[in-house]
Amino acid sequence: MKRMILQGLLGLFILGLIAQGVCAEGGRLVIQGSTTVLPIAQNCAETFMKSHPAADISVRGGGSGTGIAALIDGICDVADSSRPMKKKEILKANEKGVNPEPYVVAMDGIAVIVHSSNPVNKLTLTQIKDIYTGGISNWSELGGGNQKIVVISRDVASGTYEAFGKLALKKQRVRPDALLQASNVAVAQTVKRAKGAIGYVGLGYLNSQVKALVVDGVKPSVKTVLSGTYPISRPLFMYTNGKPKGLTKDFIEFVLSEEGQKIVGKQGFVSLK
Amino acid sequence: MKRARKENLIKRLFCLFSLFSIVFLLGIVIVLFKEGLPIFKVTSFGKFFFGKFWYPTYEPPDFGILPLLLGSLWVTAGALIIAVPLGVASAVYISEVAHPKIKGLIKPAIELLAGVPSVVYGFFGMVVVAPLVQKFFGLPVGLNALTASILLGVMAIPTITSISEDAISSVPKSFKEASYALGANRWETTVKVTVPSAAGGISTAIILGMGRAIGETMTVLMVAGGAAVIPRSFFQPVRTMTATIAAEMGETVVGSEHFHALFAIALVLFVLTLSLNIGADVLTQKFRKRLR
Repeated sequence: MKRMILQGLLGLFILGLIAQGVCAEGGRLVIQGSTTVLPIAQNCAETFMKSHPAADISVRGGGSGTGIAALIDGICDVADSSRPMKKKEILKANEKGVNPEPYVVAMDGIAVIVHSSNPVNKLTLTQIKDIYTGGISNWSELGGGNQKIVVISRDVASGTYEAFGKLALKKQRVRPDALLQASNVAVAQTVKRAKGAIGYVGLGYLNSQVKALVVDGVKPSVKTVLSGTYPISRPLFMYTNGKPKGLTKDFIEFVLSEEGQKIVGKQGFVSLK
Repeated sequence: MKRARKENLIKRLFCLFSLFSIVFLLGIVIVLFKEGLPIFKVTSFGKFFFGKFWYPTYEPPDFGILPLLLGSLWVTAGALIIAVPLGVASAVYISEVAHPKIKGLIKPAIELLAGVPSVVYGFFGMVVVAPLVQKFFGLPVGLNALTASILLGVMAIPTITSISEDAISSVPKSFKEASYALGANRWETTVKVTVPSAAGGISTAIILGMGRAIGETMTVLMVAGGAAVIPRSFFQPVRTMTATIAAEMGETVVGSEHFHALFAIALVLFVLTLSLNIGADVLTQKFRKRLR
């Protein structure tokens, strides 16, 4: 009995080794990084594998920082990032002989959202900044009802937060009593439920249950983000080590192709074409 | 002869397996110290523990964990206010009063509470509890310390109940018999004899429940609101240490000051829960001696 179990285990082990060998022949591609870029990478990988059955692509989230660290350590082939690499990261990469090569794969606009019953329809970038840094605390100062503003922000390390902080807040500190939510969905959920709330989400997360504000006279939409008139927009990246070769090259080319960009659009982001 | 050798081999193998957990624990401790301590090159001890602002990504950054530390303790205190009476009362009921049939129903139900994943608690909190709290108290948002405390309290109940119940049912029968012999009724016996005799075990249960609440991450991340301010009321959004680590670790630059600061928070949490566990252990030992 015992021998049978042992033999079975050995057999499974050998089978595993063989399976791994077969996969290696078809080519393996590991993608890791930003949760914002994740749906793009995931869907592109699925479509790509349909036309390249020999390719084995694994896609992981974990965050921009994690993805870039994995690229530097040689654990992944493509790092998704919702922010450009920082100086420190590039230096560390060069130290280890890695030359990160950025590819902008999509654009993303960050919409400022409020409760659907809020009479305020538009704000200027300066007003948004004042709300988030603590200068304005009541909607009546902005032409709304007499209601305390519930400020909702993202965790300080999220890519969306970073872009919003840079583009809208000019790198000033968010008021400490702002609520922190860990995802775009959570921000939208909270704004939907709180009458005095203001929050910000990626364009792909807008829905009919919240109201997106006109910022500096421009409505957030695919068109205004692509033309650059909407003030709070950012590029999304995929990083490779040096000029990509082989499967990595094929995949990046696919993402940037018409078909890949169609997927980008379907996921709620702004495609480059 | 052959059999003895085989036995010996298996013994050693099992010893090796049991050592694994110690190896893991050591590994965790080493990594925590190695990655956490470098933050004190950048900021002083006092500024880290008593700083009122947590702005790790700004220039210059602020690494004050006081709001996070107090946030954790605040939510945990709230959870205990809810979980201790409920947990201990259920334990007394199950071990002293309940009919065996009812006991067979309630006990597994409470134990099942422990098996619910914390994300599910968090989701339930966001969708059901938070709107209720918001409506009932007329608050601007439902994501606050109270909502988090309610959920953490429910999560801590199984720990508190099952350990308290063990303690109560292990009170020697002779204690109760002596009490009855003196003419005390069931209520007097339970309140004045059984529960005080099990006090050590009940305290252990409360401490372990506290450890459960303080270390819980996903639920508080989802329902506590996450404002890094020093808590002043239960109706205010707060941020805990665990939620901070979970929310920020993914996007930080590995090896940066922020990264080390998060590890330092983890170290604080580790020391906190370790001392709670040691405290619980000491109490259990004392309790055992007293009953003998």
